Amino acid sequence: MSGDLLKSYRFREERQGDWQKLDVILTRAENGGVKRLSDEDMLALPRLYRQAVSSLSVARSISLDQNVIAYLESLCTRAYFFVYGARTTVGERMMTFLRRDWPAAVRGAVWPTLLSALFFFGGWGLAFFLCLQDMDWYWTFHGQNFLEGRNPDATVEYLRSTIYTDGHGDGQLTAFSSFLFNNNAQIALFAFALGFAFGIPTAWLLVYNGVMIGSMYAVFWDKGLGYEFTGWLMIHGVTELFAIVLAGAAGFIIGGAVAFPGGQTRLASARAAGQKAATIAMGCVVMLIIAALLEGFGRQLINSDIVRYMIAAGTGVLWMLYFYMPRRERRP
Amino acid sequence: MTQTAAPRTQRPGISIEAATQRRARMAEEMRQSKLIRRLITPEGAAIRLKLATAGERAGAFLIDVAIQWVIVIATLFGLTFLIGALTPGSANIAFAFWLVFFFFVRNFYYIFFEIGQRAATPGKRALGLRVAARDGGRLTANSVLARNFIREIEVGLPFQFAMMGGDGANGWMALLGLVWSGVFLLFPIFNKDKMRVGDLIAGTWVIRSPKTKLMHDITSAAKSPDASSRFNFTTAQADAYGIHELHVLEDVLRQSTPEIKHQVAERIRAKIGWTKQTGETDLAFLEAYYGALRRRLEQRMLLGERKADKFDVR
Repeated sequence: MSGDLLKSYRFREERQGDWQKLDVILTRAENGGVKRLSDEDMLALPRLYRQAVSSLSVARSISLDQNVIAYLESLCTRAYFFVYGARTTVGERMMTFLRRDWPAAVRGAVWPTLLSALFFFGGWGLAFFLCLQDMDWYWTFHGQNFLEGRNPDATVEYLRSTIYTDGHGDGQLTAFSSFLFNNNAQIALFAFALGFAFGIPTAWLLVYNGVMIGSMYAVFWDKGLGYEFTGWLMIHGVTELFAIVLAGAAGFIIGGAVAFPGGQTRLASARAAGQKAATIAMGCVVMLIIAALLEGFGRQLINSDIVRYMIAAGTGVLWMLYFYMPRRERRP
Repeated sequence: MTQTAAPRTQRPGISIEAATQRRARMAEEMRQSKLIRRLITPEGAAIRLKLATAGERAGAFLIDVAIQWVIVIATLFGLTFLIGALTPGSANIAFAFWLVFFFFVRNFYYIFFEIGQRAATPGKRALGLRVAARDGGRLTANSVLARNFIREIEVGLPFQFAMMGGDGANGWMALLGLVWSGVFLLFPIFNKDKMRVGDLIAGTWVIRSPKTKLMHDITSAAKSPDASSRFNFTTAQADAYGIHELHVLEDVLRQSTPEIKHQVAERIRAKIGWTKQTGETDLAFLEAYYGALRRRLEQRMLLGERKADKFDVR
């Protein structure tokens, strides 16, 4: 009777056991990760995968059973992505990110970082000097946002009281600092994403945020609180502002790659830049979390200017070392 | 397999409706084949990847947004419940943690799922989609980060401009911003790879990767000795249809109601001039004819002749 069977049916009959074995292994791996696979499974996988792939190309030319072909297509696609997919765990990825990828990406982006710093501190300086000459500029920049009364009309005593805390109601300030984290992290991601439009909105965002801080700085400076305010701002500001500048740099990397692809195609250039820039943007989120912790806890617990300055300088040195210290290339 | 040009002139034996239907079918096949990308594996075999349509992408996104909202609202409810039992100080701290949690749900929901083994969020999984690197290589964590951080300008920006509203100059600014940012939102519709801006930056695309079940072979059922002696189709009878009809017949056999099977069996009998014998069921007839037709078409395919459909006279 077997001579009467279709060739394509016999073909399938002989191989479907292996296809199903592969299917079971893949389903297990997709549901529970690589760890759920036994050694036998891992050894069998490459053979089963190659067999399925060759079955697919044979089946395409001899079989008209569309279910078999659709099944093999989906099986091979799943197997391909598993066999050639990333096998690292989330923990390993985080470690390589912290140890290698992130500092390397920042180190490779010195010029965009300087450009970004230029826009941010340019906006800062512009607003600062304009406000010192004529405090009306403050209202132009801030409009009707009162920032808890930190405006030119406030008294020196009031402004001083905003810089130091007396230890009461710190829960509220923690909530406020996590709100600021949300805000800043969202701005950082925006600065990255807007880079796609040739970096122009990123530049504007940087200048705008520089102006906001610079004008507030001028208010405190004008009242003779420059030294104290710097401590208040910089205890977390070193980390936070560095993060904002780096986020801007990430935006400029993308903008530059899209606008001036050089010898590559625009797509390839955008892709290469996107990978680098995304690493930096992810790092910004990490930095902003640290900044929020410094702001939420450090600033409220520490009321001494000297200690604040020391922490500010310490974080600055640590970030610089972490990013720019030359390190030995470790070849895997 | 797909013919590039539908027949313009009417052939003898093809009615006008049949020709129109055939043209529509071929146009649809053309449209579908535009979404197919060939990936050559390192073993040298070709895998056909089918890109997800913009509609499927939007559907998956809506499911994900709904899940995000459910998470946010549920935790907020839990929090308000909890706050009643807390002192104001610790309530504030709880709220602070919730705000950070909100940020992570908003920005890292997609990253968390796409970085995993399936490379798909629950919404994508529900529609059988997954993210893949465009060059066929490994989907790196950086790509996943890049494509999802960009989401902020594709969805967040138009939303913010739409919320801005206002009247007079502000309204016009908002409208201008909405149009400008709308370009990002609608980007996937206007490129042949259905990439959104994030895909473009990250070097990824979204493909269909549905799980298909292997079903039994229909010809295995028709192989009882009784059936093979009862149904003896001539070559002319087996040549009446082509591959398209074979696939339709496969679908009919696998998933349709007895009434439809009866109608199909009647049409085939009329077309090939088969007289119904006593005790012959529709199902047995269809399975036997499917077997004969597939055997004939596969034989011809081995010789390099693909008879695309019944109008394909070779």
